[in-house]
Amino acid sequence: MTSELDIFVGNTTLIDEDVYRLWLDGYSVTDAVALRVRSGILEQTGATAAVLQSDTMDHYRTFHMLERLLHAPPKLLHQLIFQIPPSRQALLIERYYAFDEAFVWEVLGKKLSKGTKKDLDDISTKTGITLKSCRRQFDNFKRVFKVVEEMRGSLVDNIQQHFLLSDRLARDYAAIVFFANNRFETGKKKLQYLSFGDFAFCAELMIQNGTLGAVDSQMDDMDMDLDKEFLQDMKELKVLAADKDLLDLHKSLVCTALLGKLGVFSEMEANFKNLSRGLVNVAAKLTHNKDVRDLFVDLVEKFVEPCRSDHWPLSDVRFFLNQYSASVHSLDGFRHQALWDRYMGTLRGCLLRLYHD
Amino acid sequence: MPGKLKVKIVAGRHLPVMDRASDLTDAFVEVKFGNTTFKTDVYLKSLNPQWNSEWFKFEVDDEDLQDEPLQITVLDHDTYSANDAIGKVYIDIDPLLYSEAATVISGWFPIYDTIHGIRGEINVVVKVDLFNDLNRFRQSSCGVKFFCTTSIPKCYRAVIIHGFVEELVVNEDPEYQWIDRIRTPRASNEARQRLISLMSGELQRKIGLKVLEMRGNAVVGYLQCFDLEGESGLVVRAIGTACTLDKLSSPAAFLPACNSPSKEMKEIPFNEDPNPNTHSSGPSTPLKNQTYSFSPSKSYSRQSSSSDTDLSLTPKTAPYPQGPRIYLCPSSPSLSCGSLHLKKSCLLLSESSLTPHHSSLVSPVLRKSVSFSEELFLAASGMGSGSAGKEGGPFKALLRQQTQSALEQREFPFFTLTAFPPGFLVHVGGVVSARSVKLLDRIHNPDEPETRDAWWAEIRQEIKSHAKALGCHAVVGYSESTSICEEVCILSASGTAAVLNPRFLQDGTVEGCLEQRLEENLSTRCGFCHIPYDELNMPFPAHLTYCYNCRKQKVPDVLFTTIDLPTDATVIGKGCLIQARLCRLKKKAQAEANATAISNLLPFMEYEVHTQLMNKLKLKGMNALFGLRIQITVGENMLMGLASATGVYLAALPTPGGIQIAGKTPNDGSYEQHISHMQKKINDTIAKNKELYEINPPEISEEIIGSPIPEPRQRSRLLRSQSESSDEVTELDLSHGKKDAFVLEIDDTDAMEDVHSLLTDVPPPSGFYSCNTEIMPGINNWTSEIQMFTSVRVIRLSSLNLTNQALNKNFNDLCENLLKSLYFKLRSMIPCCLCHVNFTVSLPEDELIQVTVTAVAITFDKNQALQTTKTSVEKSLQRASTDNEELLQFPLELCSDSLPSHPFPPVKEHLESASSNSGIPAAQRATSVDYSSFADRCSSWIELIKLKAQTIRRGSIKTTVTVEKASPVGDGNFRNRSAPPCANSTVGVVKMTPLSFIPGAKITKYLGIINMFFIRETTSLREEGGVSGFLHAFIAEVFAMVRAHVAALGGNAVVSYIMKQCVFMENPNKNQAQCLINVSGDAVVFVRESDLEVVSSQQPTTNCQSSCTEGEVTT
Repeated sequence: MTSELDIFVGNTTLIDEDVYRLWLDGYSVTDAVALRVRSGILEQTGATAAVLQSDTMDHYRTFHMLERLLHAPPKLLHQLIFQIPPSRQALLIERYYAFDEAFVWEVLGKKLSKGTKKDLDDISTKTGITLKSCRRQFDNFKRVFKVVEEMRGSLVDNIQQHFLLSDRLARDYAAIVFFANNRFETGKKKLQYLSFGDFAFCAELMIQNGTLGAVDSQMDDMDMDLDKEFLQDMKELKVLAADKDLLDLHKSLVCTALLGKLGVFSEMEANFKNLSRGLVNVAAKLTHNKDVRDLFVDLVEKFVEPCRSDHWPLSDVRFFLNQYSASVHSLDGFRHQALWDRYMGTLRGCLLRLYHD
Repeated sequence: MPGKLKVKIVAGRHLPVMDRASDLTDAFVEVKFGNTTFKTDVYLKSLNPQWNSEWFKFEVDDEDLQDEPLQITVLDHDTYSANDAIGKVYIDIDPLLYSEAATVISGWFPIYDTIHGIRGEINVVVKVDLFNDLNRFRQSSCGVKFFCTTSIPKCYRAVIIHGFVEELVVNEDPEYQWIDRIRTPRASNEARQRLISLMSGELQRKIGLKVLEMRGNAVVGYLQCFDLEGESGLVVRAIGTACTLDKLSSPAAFLPACNSPSKEMKEIPFNEDPNPNTHSSGPSTPLKNQTYSFSPSKSYSRQSSSSDTDLSLTPKTAPYPQGPRIYLCPSSPSLSCGSLHLKKSCLLLSESSLTPHHSSLVSPVLRKSVSFSEELFLAASGMGSGSAGKEGGPFKALLRQQTQSALEQREFPFFTLTAFPPGFLVHVGGVVSARSVKLLDRIHNPDEPETRDAWWAEIRQEIKSHAKALGCHAVVGYSESTSICEEVCILSASGTAAVLNPRFLQDGTVEGCLEQRLEENLSTRCGFCHIPYDELNMPFPAHLTYCYNCRKQKVPDVLFTTIDLPTDATVIGKGCLIQARLCRLKKKAQAEANATAISNLLPFMEYEVHTQLMNKLKLKGMNALFGLRIQITVGENMLMGLASATGVYLAALPTPGGIQIAGKTPNDGSYEQHISHMQKKINDTIAKNKELYEINPPEISEEIIGSPIPEPRQRSRLLRSQSESSDEVTELDLSHGKKDAFVLEIDDTDAMEDVHSLLTDVPPPSGFYSCNTEIMPGINNWTSEIQMFTSVRVIRLSSLNLTNQALNKNFNDLCENLLKSLYFKLRSMIPCCLCHVNFTVSLPEDELIQVTVTAVAITFDKNQALQTTKTSVEKSLQRASTDNEELLQFPLELCSDSLPSHPFPPVKEHLESASSNSGIPAAQRATSVDYSSFADRCSSWIELIKLKAQTIRRGSIKTTVTVEKASPVGDGNFRNRSAPPCANSTVGVVKMTPLSFIPGAKITKYLGIINMFFIRETTSLREEGGVSGFLHAFIAEVFAMVRAHVAALGGNAVVSYIMKQCVFMENPNKNQAQCLINVSGDAVVFVRESDLEVVSSQQPTTNCQSSCTEGEVTT
């Protein structure tokens, strides 16, 4: 006796959250059944393995049919084939678009192309995430990227509108899309201590301040690309590092202000020129794509690491950065105050977030 | 009534990409009705076209309106080659033809293609303008309402229940026409879908005509089926019960079998009369005598003549001039003839009411007028019955004969209903069924489907005679089915023989008047399980005892029925699903030989199915089966039998005896031991089941009963030893009737197998109950969560040396595993009950068995259930007492008595009802089967069991009481109570259920019948996920299309949903599969009663008194 056909169709589509998770995690039906057996469900319900197998198959089939709709979540809302309560729909979408931190680490800042997809095998081996799950996550990134790539308006809003994600998840996707578009290097060993959350935070700040959409919401709203003009203008900041007088003046202003307030005052005083040069040079170099990509590497190399080696506490870093950016307003010879503020506003936020162990 | 059909195509969405180059589609729409076609403009390059077309107008006859579906085809425009079809939508516009149903069909419909499935959606608006036309010779029957529901629909009142209507139409199956060889599968499928749609439209129209002839305005329990006879054609047949329904005008009106205690009606009460010449108009209220207005005086005179007759029969106690309701204003030409008969029958009635078959006019030509006269006659005799109860015995017998003869004159006194207004069923005889094996031949002339008609007529005749043998004049819960394999066809019909209260055939519900209620309450409450036949002249050997409730009438020891449990029956404990499953191998044969082989096998199958049912029933410690449905399926090399029913313990019937095992070789010690071991196991199982289903009838010693105990015959048998040799072989009667207990003799491995299989049925996991009836006996506190589902399984048998045993085991496992899977899948709904579990077996190929299950899971409140458990005994007693009290109060209008805890139970009654639950402890009773076989056709059998009805006060009834109480006093208040429905919670959701109600909600409007037929085919089976993927998607699509149609009608639920056919064929080698699905149901609008629900759920079980009080407090 072999089962040829075995289906269950409910008027309201049954969604088993546990099975959904297993499916999203890319387990085969056999593995999923084994995992479910291990969870003790048989004892709880008195079911047999055959029942579990049939149930799992059913759910997998349903998910497989739903997957096409999940690729365009608004379709899931309007389709008539599966009657699913709204809360369940939201859950399906949210879980489908959720991603593993380990995975996102591997692809963050990489081009979401076919070539990279070949690397998924390696990523799967490295992270222990099943290839199927990697593929789903990768395809999600790519799909979102493709849809919002050419779109105007707020990146987060666009993602939310077209994929019906929660605010949190939409922000994460905005970060992923932003990183992928600007191809920021995140894979260097130096950056390993950072979490996806750190990058996402920086991405958000950069989208707010560093992109075209940030300056003038009236004109072509593009959140994806950094504002080229702004990057070009930042060459002008170079004077802060190149002009020795200006640099000295800046240092003295900062030191005066921070005297007695900083636990690591002497270290700061000793390192000021290096740090300042580093930050200013990062800004000045951003006209080259290559340097844009290395932004995070540079920031960590030029600022985070020196401070960390001198054991600056975070509060001191905050004091320093505040004072460092504010003091520029008192430099009479410096004419690019607005530019500086825009740059440092973003940078200060990023650095504070990046500054941890 | 010709009409103007108007269609507007608004927009499309989610269309498939038809042009690979642009990834877009240039879509346009063809709208076709009859032979007229309109087209929209082409909407270029879009997957979401906005056509916003003008109104396309079709001027058509109403006949066409009823027959034809509106056909909408979405195409992709192609400049150079033929336009590609994207898909179609068929819209049945019938719901727009009733005056009160939907007024517009508007919404998103899935665009369906038989090869690709659903491909996007289209937004359509459809309207119909009907012109009144008083042409009497019309062929249409617009305005006749159809209901799949097998009870009186919730917001209607039955004025008259006329009786059986049937019709069939035949045609060639397009799949088997020569042209099919050269056309595409798509074209062939579409031709078939269209043809069936047309045929069912025609069928419905013809049935409607018959209903109009009977002066009815609705068909209830409408069941339409397709027989795919292959080469020999396509038969579409339908049966139903013609009724005259009145829309309930007041919320206080009586709603049978509604499980919710509150009754607010959202709609403004109105009484529309779609059929101008049927009966009265004007609002109908419970106090109907005053409000009925009779229009033409001509008819009035006629009517008075009949009421004169009534009065002569009716003693003065009938205080209301309510007789002539049906005879109203007949103004059609046919009437004169009808009235003649009326006079004749009335005359006969008054002169000698015993004249049997007085109208011998049963010739086909006169059928119409005859049926009319019968109905009148019945009505007239019904008048007598109201008062008859008071007159006592002899008069009653007379009355019964009157009704009987009246019903006998109907061609077929059948009713497809399974639930009835209280008091409608007087006695239930037992299940009657008939089967017939036929060889199919090509239907030569589709316009004269005489053979098929004759076949069914033959079977119905047999059913009728069986019912008669049981002393019953009517058959209720009647249904028909077929099973076809190649050129052999088994026709089956079954129903429950019953004696009906003729009053209800004339006058439906509430207005039954107080006298009648009193009469019922006092004598006929437990009456439905009293035997209708003469005990001295029993149609089969049965064991009779005195009713455990009233102690006056005889009842059988077990009762099998095809109907739902009557709402006023007293049940102890809970019910459960009981199935008998059976396979029989048969040699492959051709034509005649094949038919003979099947005919020969059928009796044995019937017998064994029956034995299994009986054994399992006893194993559960129960004594009655409801909703029995036996399906015999024929395949190439085997026959399958599957019987499903809901077992219950009826308090009026005796406690079932146990099962005894007897061995044939008593000398072997180890064997004996084995036997006793088995016996112990069986006894343990019975005990366990009793606990599980809370069957604990109060044990009260026999002395208290003080009424006659079993006939001496039976008593003497109690003393006889249990092991009896096979002396009954001498008789050809195959019943177990001669045995003391239900003895299973283990004389070979087969029997062993049987015993084992008895014990293998596992009970559902805790928190689950299942039944195949509408409501689960013993559960009444439903909450609102429901989940309807369909599950399909196909297994392939290993073809090697199949034996009957192996086959049985496979089949048994298949069903059991399927049930287990359901329990597992629905575990999140615990505590819940699977209701209306409907199994269908088919044998698509040699080694394939397909089982399809449709059911609904309904959650209920566990806390209350527990409470019931704890106090079930006291409850039942209390119930009984409050009931009695209620009976008294009712007519005396003591309903304002607000001291529920201090009733005045009539002591005698109380004692009696209490004691009635006792009975001869573990009385040894035997099963009885009567078994008769027929020469050329197969067999038929009749069976029964017994039961009692003191009074049940479950949710449904509670409702009744509340409402009834409210009606004299708080009619107006009641309306004030109606709370605003929380509409937003159900937006966009369409519920589907095989039941006739929605828990926690009230149906406010019936929008029309949904009857849809789909074919799906694929040539890329593997790519679609194999057979499971294919069928899963298809069923989901079918659900979606049903929901879309309901939503477009403005509804939010389908009730009485049924998947009548699911024919699945595969050819994996060719990577192909095809499936046909036919579904139907009633589209309705329901309103949640969430706030009232709170009240009801706080009120635990069924203490009618408390619920009455509650009703008053809230008002």
